[in-house]
Amino acid sequence: MTALLPRRGLAQILALIVILAVDRAVSPQFFDLRLQDGRLFGSLVDVLNRGTPVALLSLGMVLVIATRGIDLSVGAVMAISGAIAASLADTHGLPVVLSAALGAGLVCGLWNGFLVAVLGMQPIVATLILMVAGRGIAQLITEGRIVTFSSPDLVWLGNGSVLGLPVPVVIALGMLILTGAVVRGSALGLLIEATGGNARASELAGVGTRAMILSVYVWCGVCAALAGVIAAADIMGADANNAGLWLELDAILAVVIGGTSLFGGRFSLVLAVLGALIIQTMNTGILLSGYPPEFNLLVKAVVVLAVLLVQSPKLSGIAGLVTGLRRTKA
Amino acid sequence: MRGLPPALITAIVLVAGFAACAVQFPNIASTRVVGNLLTDNAFLGIVATGMTFVIISGGIDLSVGSVIGFSTVFVALAIERWGMPPLVAFVAILVLSAAFGAAMGAVIHVFDLPPFIVTLAGMFLARGASFLLSTESVPITAPVYSTVSDFALRMPGGGRLTTIAIIMLAIVIGGALLLHLTRFGANVYALGGSRATASLMGVAVGKMTVKIYMLSSLLAGIAGIVFSFYTSAGYSLSAVGVELDTIAAVVIGGTLLTGGQGSVIGTFLGVLIQGLIQTYINFDGTLSSWWTKIATGILLFAFIALQQGLVALARRPATKSAGAAT
Repeated sequence: MTALLPRRGLAQILALIVILAVDRAVSPQFFDLRLQDGRLFGSLVDVLNRGTPVALLSLGMVLVIATRGIDLSVGAVMAISGAIAASLADTHGLPVVLSAALGAGLVCGLWNGFLVAVLGMQPIVATLILMVAGRGIAQLITEGRIVTFSSPDLVWLGNGSVLGLPVPVVIALGMLILTGAVVRGSALGLLIEATGGNARASELAGVGTRAMILSVYVWCGVCAALAGVIAAADIMGADANNAGLWLELDAILAVVIGGTSLFGGRFSLVLAVLGALIIQTMNTGILLSGYPPEFNLLVKAVVVLAVLLVQSPKLSGIAGLVTGLRRTKA
Repeated sequence: MRGLPPALITAIVLVAGFAACAVQFPNIASTRVVGNLLTDNAFLGIVATGMTFVIISGGIDLSVGSVIGFSTVFVALAIERWGMPPLVAFVAILVLSAAFGAAMGAVIHVFDLPPFIVTLAGMFLARGASFLLSTESVPITAPVYSTVSDFALRMPGGGRLTTIAIIMLAIVIGGALLLHLTRFGANVYALGGSRATASLMGVAVGKMTVKIYMLSSLLAGIAGIVFSFYTSAGYSLSAVGVELDTIAAVVIGGTLLTGGQGSVIGTFLGVLIQGLIQTYINFDGTLSSWWTKIATGILLFAFIALQQGLVALARRPATKSAGAAT
């Protein structure tokens, strides 16, 4: 087991390097970076910047999936928080806008968590409700229009830069460090893994599984709300129909690529974010290569299948058998 | 309450809803509106019938919307660009979609993977493939299409029962017979109840899984053909998000998402409830279409909460007796 630990993540890093190399091959300027007006520009920065929403979503999603759950509503939550942020932006200060938008995400997360942890609904079903209704709620807030704003504070969140890096990237990095510090700096991460591994056994062992499940959905809602604010700030407007559309699937994909099993249990925050970056590097690569963006979906499908097959219990059973044989030989 | 089958509750909600709508807008209570309701939701009814089988067996199929989209594009291109006779094109797409479903079922069974994620990959794949075929809307001008859309049975009161509504009704009835009266149907329930038990009782779990997903994709293919009749065009972005409407219809129809319980008739009623909400919003004129989503969400919640309550009630005596035994 201990020998395996350093090897965790190797596959993801290798995959990222391979995709980066392919990107370099199709677009020779891929690694070029230049500093302009105190901000870095280049394809790599672009990948990080565009990857931010999915990276943020995957931070919440990985915790939810670790408890053996799933959150289908994150795209709809993005639309809601983006709609709230955009409608408040020109009349209120940034603190009010942010707390209203993130508060909405928190409430959405509480609702999902309540359904799953207290009412005992299946996570897919429970979050499906908000996935369907959420976009309607977002459209209710924007009254069906695309709400635009010009508040420089909020625009800065999407387009500004700190120390040469785009603000969204800094926020995502901050959230990764914060989440990591909270779940790995304490026993929380272990308790979440225990809940996902075997909820009943953990309950009997004294883990407050309900509180665990509730809090991961709340965190997932907050992360989604933050992603929604950034997405709205990026385009200086909120589009209730299209903001975060299908991003829940990308977030789940990122988590799965990051090696966290959909059956719950052990999870890795860093690898989930790496998964989000892999997806974005692929997207950017396809765009740069001049292929129509429609190829994205096909490539994604193939990647999902490949990752699934690698993760499959049946296949890992065979792999386990092989390593077991090797060990007995040694 | 306990003896009440969930589908009956759906029927009560539908009748009550229809009555409430009819009180406000008397024109709703006409065969004309009912005929339109059936026509507008024909493709949804067909694909939801297939989804009912999948969900009762304990699975889920997220790929149906994409398969519908792919089918419309394929049929349009086959007829208009590749010069295939429409019937040949229909057979080809049905074979293709059935094979696609069978492949997903096989992957789910052989590699023991969650259906959610396998059909998610299927969804990407089918949508991507339809984009590759064509990103534009391809109009279909074949004479069959105008004949089919002109044909309709007259109902008393001036309503029209169109060809695609008839196809949908036939598939719903066929699906109900298949689910409730055949060995295949019994096996579907057995799988949803417990995979392990079903396998011990001699159900060929692998074959069943393949067949169930094959049926779902096949019906999605038929729904795609019906959709192309409905719009007289093939478009790769058609039926985006239909998988959600379908799952919602199945759940509102009283099918348990954990599997093992449900009915095709309930699903059909669930489709009609969704259609009724849409019709009401059209009649009202001031409500915007996003209210459909909110109303569907509220109904979904109500039905799932109700099911949860029923399941808890059903489990209660079992846990009590288990407690007494220890």
